[in-house]
Amino acid sequence: MSQLAEHKRRRIDELTARTAEGGGVSLFRDAGRRLLRNPTAIVGATIILLFLVIAIFAPLVAPHDPVQRFPELTKDLTVDNIPGPTAGHPFGSDPLGRDFMSRMIYGARQTMFVGVLATLIGLLFGVLFGAVAGAAGGWIDVVIMRFTDVMLALPSLLLAITLVALARQSTQWTVIVAVAIVNVPIFARLLRGSMLAQRESDHVLAARALGVKRRDIVTRHMLPNSLTAVIVQATLTFAVAILDAAALSFLGLGDPDINRAEWGLMLGVDGVRYFEVRPELAYFPALAIILVALGFTLLGEGMREALDPKNRR
Amino acid sequence: MPLLDVRDLSVVFQRDNKPFTAVDGVSFTVEPGQAVGLVGESGCGKSVTSLAIMGLLPRRGNKVTGEVLFDDTDLLKLRPQELRDRRGRDIGMIFQDPLSSLNPVIPLGLQVAEVLERHQGKKRQEALREARKLLDAVGIPDPTRRLKEFPHQLSGGMRQRALIAIALACKPRLLIADEPTTALDVTIQAQILTLLKELVEGSGTALIMITHDLGVVAGLCDTVNVLYAGKVVERAARHDLFGAPRHPYTHGLLQSVPRLDVERGGRLHQIRGSVNDNIPWSEGCAFAPRCDRVIDACIGETVPLEPAFRGGALRCTNPVPQEVPA
Repeated sequence: MSQLAEHKRRRIDELTARTAEGGGVSLFRDAGRRLLRNPTAIVGATIILLFLVIAIFAPLVAPHDPVQRFPELTKDLTVDNIPGPTAGHPFGSDPLGRDFMSRMIYGARQTMFVGVLATLIGLLFGVLFGAVAGAAGGWIDVVIMRFTDVMLALPSLLLAITLVALARQSTQWTVIVAVAIVNVPIFARLLRGSMLAQRESDHVLAARALGVKRRDIVTRHMLPNSLTAVIVQATLTFAVAILDAAALSFLGLGDPDINRAEWGLMLGVDGVRYFEVRPELAYFPALAIILVALGFTLLGEGMREALDPKNRR
Repeated sequence: MPLLDVRDLSVVFQRDNKPFTAVDGVSFTVEPGQAVGLVGESGCGKSVTSLAIMGLLPRRGNKVTGEVLFDDTDLLKLRPQELRDRRGRDIGMIFQDPLSSLNPVIPLGLQVAEVLERHQGKKRQEALREARKLLDAVGIPDPTRRLKEFPHQLSGGMRQRALIAIALACKPRLLIADEPTTALDVTIQAQILTLLKELVEGSGTALIMITHDLGVVAGLCDTVNVLYAGKVVERAARHDLFGAPRHPYTHGLLQSVPRLDVERGGRLHQIRGSVNDNIPWSEGCAFAPRCDRVIDACIGETVPLEPAFRGGALRCTNPVPQEVPA
């Protein structure tokens, strides 16, 4: 009859269709669905995706080779004059007469590579140690946890600097490994905490009552239920890792290769040195770092909301 | 020969650095196919008893003594590996909260299949086919679809049915049900109890029913053990216990249940005090401070558990006088 009735009927059809669909909606698929409806996460993911595309397709996106020095830029180049934007070089020149825009674009590649890899390595070992500590308990747990305590007692950047200093020659990999190691105890502690909670949970007790093997209890029952917190932490760590790697480069502890385009390095060396001549040399890399870090933070925030079991339907 | 023979089982925890006896020399037997109830209020040691039988108490901080003979094998003396092989295969267990007892991130089918793979060496596909049959057998509608669903998508009653399916998957000879209906509403409770009864009777599985709900016991159990402060205070066949309770505690519990066949309007009976108003068993009857029939002989030394009529047992110096029912 009325529009209202029509509307109601459609709504009911919709609901029954959804119920009839049935089937498995796993925690992670369900969370993914909620993630897509979360504005914070969408904004974060868009920023990251944008930078990721730029990073992956850098050779296609960049107008020039990032290490090539252009005669039209070096012509008037002095310590007090670094050419600004021109038709062929929209961001102008860097202090060595290279195309600044191309260097920024290739910088996305370097910087994200370092951040992502450092996070993944840290995640891998953190999960390993955390799972072992949480599952084994006893003295193994005590040893691992005291070790993480010592690492966490030091400010992370100071620890990273120490680790880089231990390697006699600094390369990109020393930075990645140092930043990864700094993050291992954070992941380990987090996972251990949720593993301990899982160990006392009813479904683990139920699994034990069924005679499930210890290994399977850890891998099938405790670990999958403990990972949510760690996954969220990982997205937040991407941001921190990028900032840490940038900080190490800024302090001159990164790869000394002057051809390498990395935002931290660009900000720390050229940006600082020529700030009064061409402040963009500092602004652009700084802005890029902040944006990517923000993107990961927003995504992490959104994921925390989406994975929260209280928000499940 | 009994299937399960629990002899003088004691569990001592360390609580605030003081030993606390949760289970204090409990003995009872379960014959094959028999349904035995363990009844008592919160904290009387009934759940701890079941966990001790299953060997599921944390080894640190707990001292478990006595014997748990299953088929003449002392479960307490088995190595952890041997015990794991028996759990789920020879002895199944159902817990109180069906939602938290299921793994939230694994589809139901795999949770049922897991125990079949573990104990019967079945391959995944075969185990899943078997799982479908099991879900069907416990009355879960549309089992094929449910196999792929996750615990949060099921209703409370269905979850408990699923847990029962898992516990009975390997056709264990003993099933321990620890408050299986407490988290369910009354109509579902009745369904689950009927289901348990059918399955237990149909398969010849023995059952230990742990509950605080006398109604559950009345409908299901052959023999009932009433626990108070870690000790058995009365044991009797169901009919005798409900018809002629001898221990004042049992009597008090039964008096405090509302009944349809008694005139309305009167106050329900209540037992004075709370579980915390105990004296240690070594100094007399732990129930004495709350007992209506307390006499001088109740205090002083441990009251022994003595045989009562028809294979029952009673731990009381001044039991409720009852004519033996016909």
